Amino acid sequence: MSVAGAKEAITQAHHEEWARVVASLTRRFGDLDIAEEAAAEAFATAVDRWPADGVPPSPGAWLTTTANRKAIDRIRRENKRNDKQMEARRLYDDDPPEPAGAIDDGRLRLIFTCCHPALAMQTRVALTLRMVAGLTVPEIARAFLVQETAMEQRITRAKAKIKAARIPYRVPSAEDLPERVSGVLAVLFLVFNEGYLATGPGSDPIRHDLTAEAIRLTRLIRALMPEDGEVAGLLALMLLTEARRDARVSASGELVALDEQDRGAWDAALIAEGHRLVRERLAAGVAPGRYQILAAISAVHTSARDVRATDWSQVVALYDQLARLDPSPIIALNRAIAVAELDGPEVALAAVDRLEHTLAGYHAYHATRADLLRRLGRSQNSRAAYDKAIELAGNTAETAYLTRRRDQLG
Amino acid sequence: MQYLVSVINDTAALATPDEQAAIDVFNGRLKAEGYWVFAGGLAAPSSATVIDNRGEEALFTDGPFLESKEYLIGFWIMEAPDLDVALKLAADGSKACNRKIEVRPFL
Repeated sequence: MSVAGAKEAITQAHHEEWARVVASLTRRFGDLDIAEEAAAEAFATAVDRWPADGVPPSPGAWLTTTANRKAIDRIRRENKRNDKQMEARRLYDDDPPEPAGAIDDGRLRLIFTCCHPALAMQTRVALTLRMVAGLTVPEIARAFLVQETAMEQRITRAKAKIKAARIPYRVPSAEDLPERVSGVLAVLFLVFNEGYLATGPGSDPIRHDLTAEAIRLTRLIRALMPEDGEVAGLLALMLLTEARRDARVSASGELVALDEQDRGAWDAALIAEGHRLVRERLAAGVAPGRYQILAAISAVHTSARDVRATDWSQVVALYDQLARLDPSPIIALNRAIAVAELDGPEVALAAVDRLEHTLAGYHAYHATRADLLRRLGRSQNSRAAYDKAIELAGNTAETAYLTRRRDQLG
Repeated sequence: MQYLVSVINDTAALATPDEQAAIDVFNGRLKAEGYWVFAGGLAAPSSATVIDNRGEEALFTDGPFLESKEYLIGFWIMEAPDLDVALKLAADGSKACNRKIEVRPFL
């Protein structure tokens, strides 16, 4: 076995097996902290051994066995008697053992625990990236521009709370499931969005590592809950957004708006997969949730050969449907952008201006106004709106785009 | 597993008769379903006395240890298998007493 081959096998095993190993150890030892540490040690051992000894025939089983041994070593080291551990486990997880052949829901349990509503949103994000995606603490800290020690503390505190307050390690009951799944999807969407529109001066405008992790985790949940429409919707939305990734930032690091993007640079395979998911949800005949509607809007955009060929009335109709589910001003703002294409910038501007009291601190509100004012020939007002948008925008590519548009005003 | 479920008051008002009736119904349910350990309402914070006997002699101070707009007005101690169950009960408790509630596990 070549060293490169072993390395590749470890990367692959990390992607495929990390969450499974952590989940199985959490189940056995009833302790996320032990599971996390032992899983990390098992992978470190693989890095040491596999290049010399070769990749074991079943990497997952090897990693689980090794991690189990590491966990038991740690428990012995800490001089905890095994029966005490068993007692803790029994209390922590009182479900009957699963019958052989039942679907593997270990990773689902893990996801629901990490995304528990009793944890702060930022904590859920960090914990999910650590426990389920297997990112290291320094990686997560870097992704969210937080000091490593602060991130370490956040994760440590979360694990302590899960244990002390006994946040259960299980899939929620059918009655609570829809709400809890939407909580999980909110975490994944946040990870994706942070990757897609990274904030912070000096940061890359798009954090591919984060969008890729979010897609990978959503694919995992989709595999575990194939019947859930919103899971499919979120995955489709992410794929259709990711498909436009390369066309969205120019070589000089400037954001390229949808109407100026080179549609030939879109990823056709991701678009095809996204469209397939959207069609699958349409065929299901179940009233769609917000992610499914957002995915459908994205599907309309990605179906058009160019911006003029876009079916704007369909986009507006979908935003109307979305607004009925979620009457948020941000949705009203996006609807107005589509209205501008359908009914002209004047109608759209009137709709946007009605949002001032809630969106005055949001850069996209000012960017939208600036564009509509520009199209109406009101350069002075447009310039002021661009200034405000630039002042509020946190993404480097977006700032560059807005600055150019402002400077092009006559 | 036991949880301390604290009722937080942010006005001077005590429970109205309607709230009291809803609390009684909720307490009855806690007992019937086996979650009940103990519960009680508290007099106003101004009736508290703080005692510190770590030094040579016991020191008595009139008033609560912390003056704040929000204060503890009552509590339940519930027996629940995990936080999900405790949070659900607490949500119903909050509705019944019409107040904000904090859930905290015992060690």
